[in-house]
Amino acid sequence: MNQSLKLPSWSMWAIGFAAILFLIMCVITIRRNHGVKRSFFAMPYTLWMFIFTIVPIVLIGWYAFTDSATGTFTLNNFINFWDSNYTVNKMYEQMGPEYAVLITRGTVNIDILVYSLWMALGCTVICLLLGYPAALFMADKDIKLGSTIIVLFIIPMWMNFLLRTIAWMSLLEDQGLINSMLRFFGMDGVKLMYNDGAVLLGMVYNFLPFMVFPIYTTLNKMDGKLMEAAQDLGCNEIRTFLKVTLPLSLPGVISGITMVFMPSVTTFFISRILGGGHTMMFGDLIESMFLSANDWGVGSALSLVMMLLILISLGILRKADPEGEGGSIA
Amino acid sequence: MKRFLKKSYLTLILLFLYLPIAVLIFQSFNAGKSRAKWEGFSLRWYQALFQDEAIMKALYITIAVAIIAAIAATILGTLAAIGIYAMKKRSQATMMTLTNIPMTMPDIVTGISLMVLFTFSRIERGFVTMLFAHITFNTPYVILSVLPKLKQMNKHTYEAAVDLGATPTYALFHVILPEIREGVITGALLAFTLSLDDFIISYFTTSPMVQNLSTLIYSKARIGIEPTLNALSALMFLSLLFLLGIINRRTSRNVKKA
Amino acid sequence: MKKILSLVLVTMMLLAILPTAAFAEGSVTVYNWEEYISPDAIKMFEEETGITVNMTYFTTNEDMMVQVRNSSSSFDVVIPSDYCVERLAKEGLLEEINFDNVPNYENIGENFKAQYYDLDQKYTVPYMWGTVGICYNKTMVDEDITSWSILFDDKYKDNVFMLDSIRDSMGMALKYLGYSMNTRNPLEMNAAKELLIDQKLRGLVKAYQVDETKDKMVAGEAALALMWNGDAMYAIALNDDLAYAIPEEGSNIWIDTMIIPKGAKNKANAEAFINFMCRPDIAQMNYDEIWYSTPNDKAVELIGEEYIGNTTLNPTQEQIDNCEFFYDIEDNFLLAYNTMWTAIKSAK
Repeated sequence: MNQSLKLPSWSMWAIGFAAILFLIMCVITIRRNHGVKRSFFAMPYTLWMFIFTIVPIVLIGWYAFTDSATGTFTLNNFINFWDSNYTVNKMYEQMGPEYAVLITRGTVNIDILVYSLWMALGCTVICLLLGYPAALFMADKDIKLGSTIIVLFIIPMWMNFLLRTIAWMSLLEDQGLINSMLRFFGMDGVKLMYNDGAVLLGMVYNFLPFMVFPIYTTLNKMDGKLMEAAQDLGCNEIRTFLKVTLPLSLPGVISGITMVFMPSVTTFFISRILGGGHTMMFGDLIESMFLSANDWGVGSALSLVMMLLILISLGILRKADPEGEGGSIA
Repeated sequence: MKRFLKKSYLTLILLFLYLPIAVLIFQSFNAGKSRAKWEGFSLRWYQALFQDEAIMKALYITIAVAIIAAIAATILGTLAAIGIYAMKKRSQATMMTLTNIPMTMPDIVTGISLMVLFTFSRIERGFVTMLFAHITFNTPYVILSVLPKLKQMNKHTYEAAVDLGATPTYALFHVILPEIREGVITGALLAFTLSLDDFIISYFTTSPMVQNLSTLIYSKARIGIEPTLNALSALMFLSLLFLLGIINRRTSRNVKKA
Repeated sequence: MKKILSLVLVTMMLLAILPTAAFAEGSVTVYNWEEYISPDAIKMFEEETGITVNMTYFTTNEDMMVQVRNSSSSFDVVIPSDYCVERLAKEGLLEEINFDNVPNYENIGENFKAQYYDLDQKYTVPYMWGTVGICYNKTMVDEDITSWSILFDDKYKDNVFMLDSIRDSMGMALKYLGYSMNTRNPLEMNAAKELLIDQKLRGLVKAYQVDETKDKMVAGEAALALMWNGDAMYAIALNDDLAYAIPEEGSNIWIDTMIIPKGAKNKANAEAFINFMCRPDIAQMNYDEIWYSTPNDKAVELIGEEYIGNTTLNPTQEQIDNCEFFYDIEDNFLLAYNTMWTAIKSAK
């Protein structure tokens, strides 16, 4: 961080006012836009996104590929990702032969990555299993639920997700509501908190609506006559579902998977509150690299790996749904 | 029978979604501090809530950031959408990629990269940096809600207006904007709610001195029992219900009109 | 058109007013641990001096260090622990305190002054001190606690809260193994790491956390917890079944001090704040609120027997001699500590 520019503290204000002036300028330009092409309207946005999206990514890349002490190009941060003991091992080597026993490959980062992927996968599968029937019934014309049911699904999402997660804590604790109730009925308490199950529950709880909405949207758009036709042609309900409804709803399923999988790989906080700090998710790891260990190089490398991972999985999902019909946010 | 089963399944899922919220609201009326024991009905936590300066300040900051960020993002995004729409296919594609980057990037990476930007340029993190971060992640959503409306619009109306002697400004405000109004409003509302609910990006782009509700809750949650937070969430829940009711009435009116 | 322009203007005004209101002159920004000061004392300070106090909080020393390094001038008073003061001084992030403005410094006990982190008494004023020990629930633990070994006893499976704080947890394991808490010998550090991983894999640890622990101990969520003595005092006050012990192997003793970070914008106010906190009645108020041991001799006189006779607050000289301060460790060893801690936290 020695290479950073030294800006005085008032620079924040200067930048704030510059931004506002900039906005005013935009407005004035539009006012006098005789002869200005309309595509010029996108200029402020382009500039903004350049400063606040492209430049930060470039900076992350820069930190990932440079040595924080010397500022020279290095791949050490990525090697550290692969072997979390890499730098420490070098230190042991220098200290003397009696420490050679300590030199091992540190698999911590990879382990955490694999664990996060598994958890995200588990969360996605559970969300799909729970969410698909829900979406199917919501779109079912027989039940006549109308838009109320959608609103009912949206409302919880508008509550602060931290508060909702904390609320689970008071349900799951040893002295919490569920266990108190069990004991009241003379049963033994169960350990519900501080394990992978609790983390998974917290994730499913937070991300389930993201699975339900896209599936519901595609199912709702579907022409009901298709199903009738299939049934007229002699398909029973199960066959109609397998041959008509399911294939047609695939785009929704795919965008649902995207919208659940992405945030669950990167989630942090849930594991801390419900998992009791027993496990770390990839998000927790990145956060601790930046905020506790103060190791920006490795932290940036981890962020790049995460971005790459997201891009790859997006690519795979795009292939499965080339038209992007799934529709995104409900 | 089948209908009954389907309905009870949906009820179960909804129960799952509402259970913790019900618990929160229930506990907010608990006279005691403990989460497990019911010690009688009381409004003391609501009283404590309004006397808690930290929470009130955070509420103020949250709303201020959400409003300013929503306005800025709406201006920036609407202009950009109009601009992008007028572009040629190639540059349009590039612009859409630029718009998609922040939307596909995991929140934590967005937050951290902005933190790196601010620290690198020695900009003290605080209100302004958090606001900028919010504008950054909000604007693409505005663009995405305005663009479809532009596509639905009749291309020739604008040209006709200009041909008939309207200045481009006049045409913009009196021809284009009314047509895309719905999209702009949806975008602004979306930006506002996203900004209200954001935790991860705020967490990395503000300093401990300027906290919005999410970051405040995060630091309080680590201490444990804090019934004022339950009262706060109950109130937030009610006000959101209220807001949703208004929006719902709005949209249903529009549906009738159409 | 006019509407948009006025909108922009309003935005601008809002922007301009908001933060200045928060950082007006006559304020002091204090960066403190969560729940580590009496709110009434702050109110009194504001009333008596007319200076507004902005409180901001951190959870661990490590979090605090990152913030202070990033922008030390955002804060006027910070309350770090001893070993962090040593590091902050090394990095030149401390402002010298003008002790003429802190006359109440004389109330501080002599044995808390001129510690290793500030031998020349230039930068620090002690705020609170304490020890690390075991908080236990007497209904679940019926033996006397004399050794850290109880935290590794299979009897208490899934019944131990550990501190999610690198130095404290590693230090405890090192002490148990008979090493120094400040060791720079990787073999000893590694032994401590293995011990903690073993403790976790045998299923003893219920959770790693910091501030949540005390309330959870009060609620009876676990039998044993690694805890700072002040948190233990708080928990004992709310639940008679709880008690606190410092094992005979020795433990960590620490002093949290008030410092002024480099470039603080309101240095005079910061000194006024520090001076106010050293007033015996104020120190007593803080003690009553947070239950940590106070280095303020005059305050101890005011509190009296309740304090002096309480071994949780006021350990015997023998116990103190058995304890060690944390010292700052160099970056490469810090990295080793961090790496080991991540390994412990993610072990399965």
